[in-house]
Amino acid sequence: MEAGLRIICFICDWAFPEWSIETPPNVSVIQVKCIGRLDPIIILEAFARGVDGVIVVGCKWPDCHFIDGSLYGERTIRLLKKIMALTGLETERLRLEMVSPIENRSLSSIVEKFIDDIKDFGPLFKGKEADKELLFNLQAAEQAVTWSRLRMLSGRERKLTEKVNVYGERISQEEYDRLIEEALEEEYIRSKIYLITKGKPASVEEISRRIGVDSFLVLQHIVTLRRKGLLGVDRIEGYTPLYKALEVG
Amino acid sequence: MGDKVGAVLVVGGGVAGIQAALDLADSGFRVYLLDESPSIGGTMAQLDKTFPTNDCAMCILAPKLVAAGRHPNIHLITHAEIEGVEGEPGNFKVKVRRKARYVDPEKCTGCGVCARECPIEAIDEYDEGLSRRSAIYVKYVQAVPRTYIIDRGKCIGCGTCKEVCRAGAIKYDDKDEVVELPVGAIILAPGFEEFNPVVKSEYGYKRYPNVVTSIEFERILSASGPYGGVVLRPSDGRIPRKIAFIQCVGSRDAQIGNEYCSAACCMYAIKEAIIAKEHVPTKLDCTIFYMDIRAYGKDFEKYYKRAMEEYGIRFVRARVASIDEDPVTRNLIVKYVDNEKPCEEEFDMIILSVGMRPPKNAEKLARAVGIELNKYGFCLTNPLSSIETTKPGVFVCGAFAGPKDIPESVAQASGAAAKAMSIIASERGKLVAVKEYPPEKDVSKEEPRIGVFICHCGINIGGYVNVPEVTEYAKTLPNVVYAEHNLYTCSEDTQKRIKEKIIEHNLNRVVVASCTPRTHEPLFRETVREAGLNEYLFEMANIRDQCSWVHMHEPKAATEKAKDLVRSAVAKARMLRPLKKPTVSVIPVALVIGGGVSGMTAAVELAKQGFEVHLVEREKDLGGNLKRIYYLLEGEDPQKYMRNLIDEVNKYPSIHVYLGAEVVEVSGFVGNFKSKILHGGGIKEIEHGVIIVATGATEYKPKEYLYGVDPRVITQRELEEKIYRGLFDAKTVAMIQCVGARNEENPNCSRICCSEAIKNALKIKEISPETEVYIFYKDVRSYGFKEEYYHEALKKGIVFINYDDARKPTVMREGERLKLIFWEPVLQHEIEIYPDLVVLSAAVVPNPDNKKVAEMLKVPLTKDGFFLEAHMKLRPVDFQTDGVFLCGLAHGPKPIDESVSQACAAAARAATILSKEVLELEGIIATVNEDLCGGCRICESVCPFGAIEMVEKDGGLVAKVIEALCKGCGTCGSACPTKAISPQHFTTEQILSQVRAILAG
Repeated sequence: MEAGLRIICFICDWAFPEWSIETPPNVSVIQVKCIGRLDPIIILEAFARGVDGVIVVGCKWPDCHFIDGSLYGERTIRLLKKIMALTGLETERLRLEMVSPIENRSLSSIVEKFIDDIKDFGPLFKGKEADKELLFNLQAAEQAVTWSRLRMLSGRERKLTEKVNVYGERISQEEYDRLIEEALEEEYIRSKIYLITKGKPASVEEISRRIGVDSFLVLQHIVTLRRKGLLGVDRIEGYTPLYKALEVG
Repeated sequence: MGDKVGAVLVVGGGVAGIQAALDLADSGFRVYLLDESPSIGGTMAQLDKTFPTNDCAMCILAPKLVAAGRHPNIHLITHAEIEGVEGEPGNFKVKVRRKARYVDPEKCTGCGVCARECPIEAIDEYDEGLSRRSAIYVKYVQAVPRTYIIDRGKCIGCGTCKEVCRAGAIKYDDKDEVVELPVGAIILAPGFEEFNPVVKSEYGYKRYPNVVTSIEFERILSASGPYGGVVLRPSDGRIPRKIAFIQCVGSRDAQIGNEYCSAACCMYAIKEAIIAKEHVPTKLDCTIFYMDIRAYGKDFEKYYKRAMEEYGIRFVRARVASIDEDPVTRNLIVKYVDNEKPCEEEFDMIILSVGMRPPKNAEKLARAVGIELNKYGFCLTNPLSSIETTKPGVFVCGAFAGPKDIPESVAQASGAAAKAMSIIASERGKLVAVKEYPPEKDVSKEEPRIGVFICHCGINIGGYVNVPEVTEYAKTLPNVVYAEHNLYTCSEDTQKRIKEKIIEHNLNRVVVASCTPRTHEPLFRETVREAGLNEYLFEMANIRDQCSWVHMHEPKAATEKAKDLVRSAVAKARMLRPLKKPTVSVIPVALVIGGGVSGMTAAVELAKQGFEVHLVEREKDLGGNLKRIYYLLEGEDPQKYMRNLIDEVNKYPSIHVYLGAEVVEVSGFVGNFKSKILHGGGIKEIEHGVIIVATGATEYKPKEYLYGVDPRVITQRELEEKIYRGLFDAKTVAMIQCVGARNEENPNCSRICCSEAIKNALKIKEISPETEVYIFYKDVRSYGFKEEYYHEALKKGIVFINYDDARKPTVMREGERLKLIFWEPVLQHEIEIYPDLVVLSAAVVPNPDNKKVAEMLKVPLTKDGFFLEAHMKLRPVDFQTDGVFLCGLAHGPKPIDESVSQACAAAARAATILSKEVLELEGIIATVNEDLCGGCRICESVCPFGAIEMVEKDGGLVAKVIEALCKGCGTCGSACPTKAISPQHFTTEQILSQVRAILAG
């Protein structure tokens, strides 16, 4: 076992009896009311702060104490995996395990299996140059899920794909996935632009080079960010406008 | 036959549709203004600036949008289409489908919270795809109506908007609604669509990001556009250094079936180039690749010259073969042929000047209404009266009747309104609502309670002036009890807010700090009036023109100056007094000066509406210039048209014709003019409410090219006469264009001569096919559908040879023969020919009487001597002087159909006055304190409007202001030795209070 890996385990208050919560020393358990409470920001922040793996254990439907809270939690993890893929983080570093209180599974075996599965990835931050990039990506991902667009879409996902929308129509899961992925990709790039310009004013081309996105697209995102009041022109240097993130308040 | 209906349906809410609607509604008819799109405004609302005045398009359009939106007789039906029309002129039943909007317009306040929260993004069509909007949106910030709409194709039905809408306006179960509208006439103004240059694959549009269309470029230039008014290359967001415009993309192109010229592109390209240079902080090179520069409108040629001389814009006469992209720099390499030489040049950015296409749903509309389209899909019209469709009772205006610019669209719109009015004149006033205002509050005993509203104008002001700071400052000023700032203070929702705040805070004075009172004061006055305040308890501070625009690079100074101006406006507001608007009765009679086609048309249109007309013609018979026009390009017989028109004039007993007569004196004012007509040796005195000036123009008598020396050198008009009389006989004919036009003395283009030359050349080919015809031209300006005849002329072997001022052709005698020497631009050397006839396309020059008429009517002339309208873009047939209108050649050179449209327009504009029994006049006028007046007559002598008369009082004389003539300029007040006469709203005390406030800062 890789003793060095830092693991956080989020568990639902109701998934295990109190006395059975037993994990190795490098695994810290955080109990929540329900995994439905797991805002993607929390998990992304955990990674950004250097956790090597996150395992979330919740209750299988229909045994969720909060009717379908855990189903929302499931969606959050799905979204997070998509986000992680964008940041370059191994999606396996996040795992969701659904248990039923009556199954009487042991938490420690679930956690050990998880640690075993990710041990080959090693620590998240390897003390190299690439860490900086990963950290930046994680911060951008965190920013993306802070803005309302993704929250709105993921919050409505179950209603719109499992039931009907306001027009009495149902949206297929595939279509919704596409919608979320599209929004995710856009919001992620926008977040990066926002973060870069928060530090110091930057031009379209500087941003493009920094994040490896075509300058044509960068400009389009800047247009949107300006419309949303998140970005403004700081100054024009010669032939190049420099943009700066605006404090929202 | 059913009863007539006093209502008109106007289809299309662009500038033309809005103008037609306003004219009709102001003349006592109900109007349904229908638009496919969710808001009115059309293409003009997307434009940055307009030529040739460089006025901001939105700034001049917005007041009209709001006027249409709040007019009690205009019913907006947006996001709707026509399904079918039944009935006959005077009584149509129109089936209209009002598409589901999913937002209740009665409840929506336009606050925009829904759009902010909506998680779905879509392409923003208003920004031509250069930005995104949400699935619930409003087309643009100043949109009328400012009611949001859900894009059902994009909406996922998540329900967010309904949850956040505090007004409860979201209506997911909204359904399409089909209504039947009874109307007496229909006006079609659906506009046009831009040509999509994807089919011209050689230009790389959509493949190369830095190739954009002209309308995309308008958005790029616009402060409300995607880049906030900074010109950027879409590929990398850099400011371009070198850009090029390519003309005639999708126009004059037989290959793609668009043979016609789109009429406005040359001018808009020049304008965009000029504005781009102004917007770019660094140096910008602009090149325009063109075939002919068609700057044929009023003062357009001067604009073109300024572009070259003042702005250094480069014009290259060449057709561009292809555009390639350098994949590394994303620069564009333009390949073109200049004087037979293949050339290559690199640019940062290319703008394709795309032509006009018929509107997308033209065919559907035509089917539903029952009109015919021409071969290009535009509305088929009568060549002599281009506002008439093939269906009686259905009229057309704007670009749907053929590509055209804004002033022409506006003139046509008023013209179409006149045509519609004449059908249902008997129903005038029957379906209209009279606007009711709340009773005016007496504020005379109240301490001033001032509300200040400060406008961001998007970023126009807010980008440079710290508006929140100015607002906070305003709150500290004496008597200010309320201050706020708005994104757009002129938008409809802000008007609502201002009214609410007046009531909530018991305001009795309102100050708006925004743009210019010239365009926006009437709007805000109306708003305060609607809230029960006298409309003169309002004051404006112009912090856009005077602060943000001129101090763009010093935001601190701009902000401080804005505070000064607000302080000054507040100081004045404290001293404002309510004013009464005087009223005058209207004599429903018109005086039309000039009995040519324009004057006759205007007279007939007014007579059809039941008004009496005095038609005064200087010559012994009616007809004017039309008397000497024998055939037309389009084939109609102008002589027959003229005879019919004369018959019609004579048919109406209400038209009094004075031949060989002259108007010698005009006095009075709008609604109540008194004029003297010298006729048959005597003076006839008439009283009338309006004046229409239709004094025409004449052909220039050339001094050039041996004209008047050799009988074989004649003008186009003389040639036409010759052909008509069967006296034409020549083997070789040389026509020289621009004689007396586009030169130092007369810089403008005479607009009609290119088409006239083509017309006569084709006629020669028809009667004498073997005759060789040469046309020496500077630019061939056969704009619009006339381009077809240019093509035909080329096909018939008529030789067009370009010349420029440096190498004009020369005509001389060689023995008995006429010799013409010209520079052949392709072969690059001089060539001689021996024509039997040299025909000069002589300029259209103003009527020499114009000066006299202008002085008599106190209206202005242009530098070249044509009459100058109130506003080049939006008031083409009005004068600044109320009640006086103009049309036809008196306004500037134009072909017959355009004169007819303008004449109808003048009639419609006149009808907005004649149809009223009483007119309300401006309240800012001078008053006399008779006790102080010493009767010295100084005020009388300085008044530029003759608005002061001396009356007897207690045995002496005192000054009296003729209210309808006073324009409130205040000159009298400064001159009065006893301070007896005082211009209201601008009293010495009021102005001094401003001075003191400014200096106290």
